[in-house]
Amino acid sequence: MSDPIIKIENVNKWFGDFQVLKDINLEVEKNKKIVVCGPSGSGKSTLIRCINRLEEHQKGSIVVDGTTLDENTKNIEQVRAEVGMVFQQFNLFPHLSILDNCTLAPIWVKKMPKQKAEELAMKQLEQVQIADQAQKYPGQLSGGQQQRCAIARALCMEPKIMLFDEPTSALDPEMIKEVLDAMVNLAKAGMTMIVVTHEMGFAKEVADEVIFMDEGMIVEKAVTKDFFANPKSDRTKLFLSQIL
Amino acid sequence: MNKINLLKPDLNNLYTYMYSAYFLIFISILDVFLNAFFSINITSFLPSFISFVLPLILGLIGLHFLRIEFTGIKNLDLLNKHINTNNFNAFLTLIIVFVIIKSIPPILSWFIIDANISGDTKDACTGTGACWTYIKIWLRRFVYGMYPNDEQWRINLSFISLLGLGSIGYFATEKFKKYLTLYYVIIYPFIAFLFIFFFISGGPVFFEFSYGIIAFAGSIIVGFFIPKKIKIWYFLSIPIILYISLKYFFFYEESIDLGKLDGFNWVETGAWGGLSLTFIVSFFCLIFCFPVGMFLALGRRSGLPTVRFISIGFIEFWRGVPLITVLFMSSVMFPMFLPEDFFMDKLVRVIIAISLFEAAYVAEVIRGGLQALPRGQYDAAKSLGMGYWKMHILVILPQALKLVIPGIANTFLALVKDTPLIFVVGLLELVGMLNLAKTNPEWLGFAMEGYVFAAIIFWIICYAMSKYSYNLELKYKTER
Repeated sequence: MSDPIIKIENVNKWFGDFQVLKDINLEVEKNKKIVVCGPSGSGKSTLIRCINRLEEHQKGSIVVDGTTLDENTKNIEQVRAEVGMVFQQFNLFPHLSILDNCTLAPIWVKKMPKQKAEELAMKQLEQVQIADQAQKYPGQLSGGQQQRCAIARALCMEPKIMLFDEPTSALDPEMIKEVLDAMVNLAKAGMTMIVVTHEMGFAKEVADEVIFMDEGMIVEKAVTKDFFANPKSDRTKLFLSQIL
Repeated sequence: MNKINLLKPDLNNLYTYMYSAYFLIFISILDVFLNAFFSINITSFLPSFISFVLPLILGLIGLHFLRIEFTGIKNLDLLNKHINTNNFNAFLTLIIVFVIIKSIPPILSWFIIDANISGDTKDACTGTGACWTYIKIWLRRFVYGMYPNDEQWRINLSFISLLGLGSIGYFATEKFKKYLTLYYVIIYPFIAFLFIFFFISGGPVFFEFSYGIIAFAGSIIVGFFIPKKIKIWYFLSIPIILYISLKYFFFYEESIDLGKLDGFNWVETGAWGGLSLTFIVSFFCLIFCFPVGMFLALGRRSGLPTVRFISIGFIEFWRGVPLITVLFMSSVMFPMFLPEDFFMDKLVRVIIAISLFEAAYVAEVIRGGLQALPRGQYDAAKSLGMGYWKMHILVILPQALKLVIPGIANTFLALVKDTPLIFVVGLLELVGMLNLAKTNPEWLGFAMEGYVFAAIIFWIICYAMSKYSYNLELKYKTER
């Protein structure tokens, strides 16, 4: 087995007095797909936001692809350039066209020539099947299209790891599928993914491992098949019985 | 013929109601009109109070007759929908129409009919209306202040050139579009500065600037051929060395008298004034206060405590003091703290003072825009690997500034209208010159004309700015 690309050791985090993450230990190997699930407020989103330091952890260590996340801004920016993230609320830049949304970071952060960045962006937009919308603005697109654009935007940085923070929770039911399809394709292409989601169908289809979190702790971590077939803890059983 | 109920107009007798209504409204407006324009009271046979309110009563009855729903006559339906919805609105409409009709004759007579514009002295003004002769005679002073008459072409030339250079943005081709921001933020203000000091001031300052330009332009051109490794050192040292060597070893400065340059007399800033000074002060204050305000807004939201507290302190200090004291301090107190041989022109001090003062307001307006952006925008920018400056320049500020265009326009309009306050330090722009002219013994008693003139000028400037800001808003509007 290769070295883990993400290594989280004893991570603790507090919001004021409230402890959101309690002694999290997690190792993710390259090309693995991890699905994180759990009730709301269990710290799932906080955990993956810690991986690219949108949130600071107060104790423990997180090492991403050999870079330790600490106060050093250079490290943080390096990790962020390697880790793509897709948000629940899409967070596209409304003042830029879809194409510009995708080329902005490659051009300004990776110093890619404009033409090359546009070619790359069109390729990624093609992958998520919205290449024909490239000249439109985010406000003119449907939720599903926006989220697919957000995936393409993250991929344009050619990241090694993709984080998904409840990518389908803000979507209408009929648009969920198109976004999930894009994610499945990405998974099949071999991307390392950590996905926070309630879509158990997606978890069964692509995940290598499923993590169940509750009250800031990892309650259960198991290979996908085992997780759904015979969950160990009672809390997990309860959760699964409620959402399946 | 259907039965006619005068209290409830209906569709069946539409034309009866309509024509009687038109007749009544016509009579009522005619009465007011004749009264206002020709002082004829056609209802003078009635008791005076009834005669006074009769047009109103007739108009109200007329509008009441007109109030029929779904007549099918387009204009009538529009009238009923927007103006004539009920008796109270009809009343307000009539009052407004009457006031407008009543106020036209006196305004017309003051502005045009009874006004005078011929002649050169106060005696030419014989009418009861405005004395535009006064404005005509003093126009040069109102526009150029105490600037010598023979030299005023310098101001005109500068302003026309700056206007021309300022409109370059409209003609720029795609290729040069990306340099426009650089041009407007750095190069254009610099050129404007040059024009003001070289042409309008016309002093030896010219040499300093010419050396500076030669040094910088020269070294930038050569800089293209310098290897990347030593570029930083090159740009840090060469322009300054070049500047100093030009300044101290170049010969042509001695060959020309410092005070004169081909007949360009030095005109000290104390003599500048009038509308041109209004423009100069507003222009530079607008240009300076915006970037300063932007940095203050960012500073106030910064994570670094020192930067944050300095920004907060600065903003709260300047917002807390009245502009008039700031101006007074800048001209009276400030020089006391300076070394003796250090001289800073009064106008420069005033411009800096107003800029800093307005920057505090601009900062708070921009901060409002920054706070209106959802946190997700910051998250998204960060997650793409952008640092603080890239995130703000590429993602946050374009959106925030777009949001605050109305607020910024507001602040800028207030700034333009605050410029007359510089009279406290003895600089006389348009309103200052008016006050001066008003007290001239030869032209006593024409304050009204002067202030009306100034009001019109200021209104034109401000309305143009407001229109411009509105256009900007439309231009940058995108769906969210």
